[in-house]
Amino acid sequence: MQNMNIFQQLFYYFAHNGMYVLSQFDRHFLISIYGVVFAAIVGIPIGIFIAKHRKLSGWVIGIANVIQTVPSLAMLSLIMLALGLGVNTVIVTVFLYALLPIIKNTYTGMLNVNADVLDAGKGMGMTRVQILRLIEIPLSLSVIMAGIRNALVLAIGITAIGSFVGAGGLGDIIIRGTNATNGGAIILAGALPTALMAIISDSVLGFFERKFDPTNKTSQ
Amino acid sequence: MIQILSEGDGKGMLLSMEHLTKVYPGGKTAVDDFNLEVEKGEFICFIGTSGSGKTTTMRMINRMLEQSSGTIKINGEDIAQMNPVKLRRKIGYVIQNVGLMPHMTIRDNITLVPKLLKWPVEKRNERAKEMIKLVELPEEFLDRYPSELSGGQQQRIGVIRALAADQDIILMDEPFGALDPITRESLQDLVKDLQEKSGKTFIFVTHDMDEALSLATRVVIMSYGKQVQVDTPDNILRHPANKFVADLIGQDRLIQARPSITTVGQVATKAISAREDQTLKQALGEMHTKRVDTLLVTNNEGKLTGFVGIERLNHYYGSGKRIGDIMDSNVFYVRKDSVIRDTVDRILKRGFRNVPVIDDDGKLIGIVTRATLVDIVYDALWGEADKSNSNDSGQTKETEDNPDKEAGKTESQAEVTQTTEDGDQK
Repeated sequence: MQNMNIFQQLFYYFAHNGMYVLSQFDRHFLISIYGVVFAAIVGIPIGIFIAKHRKLSGWVIGIANVIQTVPSLAMLSLIMLALGLGVNTVIVTVFLYALLPIIKNTYTGMLNVNADVLDAGKGMGMTRVQILRLIEIPLSLSVIMAGIRNALVLAIGITAIGSFVGAGGLGDIIIRGTNATNGGAIILAGALPTALMAIISDSVLGFFERKFDPTNKTSQ
Repeated sequence: MIQILSEGDGKGMLLSMEHLTKVYPGGKTAVDDFNLEVEKGEFICFIGTSGSGKTTTMRMINRMLEQSSGTIKINGEDIAQMNPVKLRRKIGYVIQNVGLMPHMTIRDNITLVPKLLKWPVEKRNERAKEMIKLVELPEEFLDRYPSELSGGQQQRIGVIRALAADQDIILMDEPFGALDPITRESLQDLVKDLQEKSGKTFIFVTHDMDEALSLATRVVIMSYGKQVQVDTPDNILRHPANKFVADLIGQDRLIQARPSITTVGQVATKAISAREDQTLKQALGEMHTKRVDTLLVTNNEGKLTGFVGIERLNHYYGSGKRIGDIMDSNVFYVRKDSVIRDTVDRILKRGFRNVPVIDDDGKLIGIVTRATLVDIVYDALWGEADKSNSNDSGQTKETEDNPDKEAGKTESQAEVTQTTEDGDQK
């Protein structure tokens, strides 16, 4: 081991613990996704609601902002007090952090829908639900997508810390590396897949974001 | 007729608005006691300065705004009692900034209301094809997205979107305000055409007087929420209700409108005439002193009975006959209250050099010569050139004035020559 440089060590680690890294990768990704999906399920309706009731928007976004300012390690510990150790604590934390970008982007997206299009839709006899379903959501989808993209990248970072409360994931590998003497390769073995996951998620969601952008719509 | 029907509680009227008032929160009165009865097939233009309440009034018709007081009835039914969503699906709606759905194809945009009304897909597709033909756009456009169309094309789609579900009333809120003049004109023609073909009722809000005058069957002029004048374009040009209306129309248009509303009597010049019982010698003397080759002949009451030319006079000279005996009684004349616009073609095509004008009793009151007509045609065309000039900035006007006048002149001359040739051929 000593005669290998750090990249050779890293390769060696992957070669011998490949399946383990993969399963942690999988776990890490799922924890992040669960948190973001729950945040989207809650956050998008909240965003739509505050776009319709503008007076509430200051309060709601303010609260989400406060949540965001709590350091993630502190948040994990606080939630651990209530939910104990384990994966649920991390999912709830991810959920809380993902709320702000999703609510904020949904709200912005809804407000940016062209007023003329809304006027035309209403004037042609759309019900409020139809306006939402046929105009507002399709037209703000790309902005909402951008929020989800932000949230997911954020979530992947938070999940890495989640191994402190015993949730597993790639964070486990990183922590093992920090605890070992000369564990640089092990740290990399956890950190590189985490970064890779964030980059891939970002670009995949970025693709959808562009795809949903109504201004890019052409027949070709 | 309108009066009688309006007393019958708006029955028989497609749309009736009574004592409509809109006060915005904060106390600003946008519309003040607005009354209007609209028959099916009318093309109504609301015109006024900004803030005159024209758009507000229009938007109350499809309940995009609720009136503070007063009633609007469609086919006798109070719209306040109707479901606003169902109401709006029966009323076409075209706005200034088009408002096409950017995420839907043109086909989906056109058939949006039919879709809301749950028409089957085949019927919707058929309707989309029908509609796009109406506005002279190719069928391939159906699969495109709005961003791939030009502004004018988008508004064409906007117009047919409002017609696609057989709406009876079409509301248009300054639909062509954002378009360039050439596109605007072609769309105005299109809309006028569509309206005449379909017989639908249009309520059209504009601040462009030319647009209102050329499109409308009736114009509603509004100022500070009040109706100032409601009348046909012709009557508004002829009798502006007050200075505000006259200013809104503009002095240019009032002058320009003259040929279209001037009567023959107003432009007729004094006729050279002789009485039936005068001798040929007297007639010849008259011709000589007035330097003319034709005399109009009247009886003793001054009624026009015929005319006599120098050839005929020469032929019978010295035969002792009276003018009444030799005159040609087959005379073409026009009545003094006929409008020049309707008469000018007839006069020119017959190839006469001058045409007598008579009043209701048949009395000769003057003549219209070809020179008079040339003046009128010239005025109309020159006026046009003048107007396009005044649309430019004030500074350039001076320099551009002359070439334009020249252009106007040659054009008017060409027109006259053309018409004469037509007349000769016949």
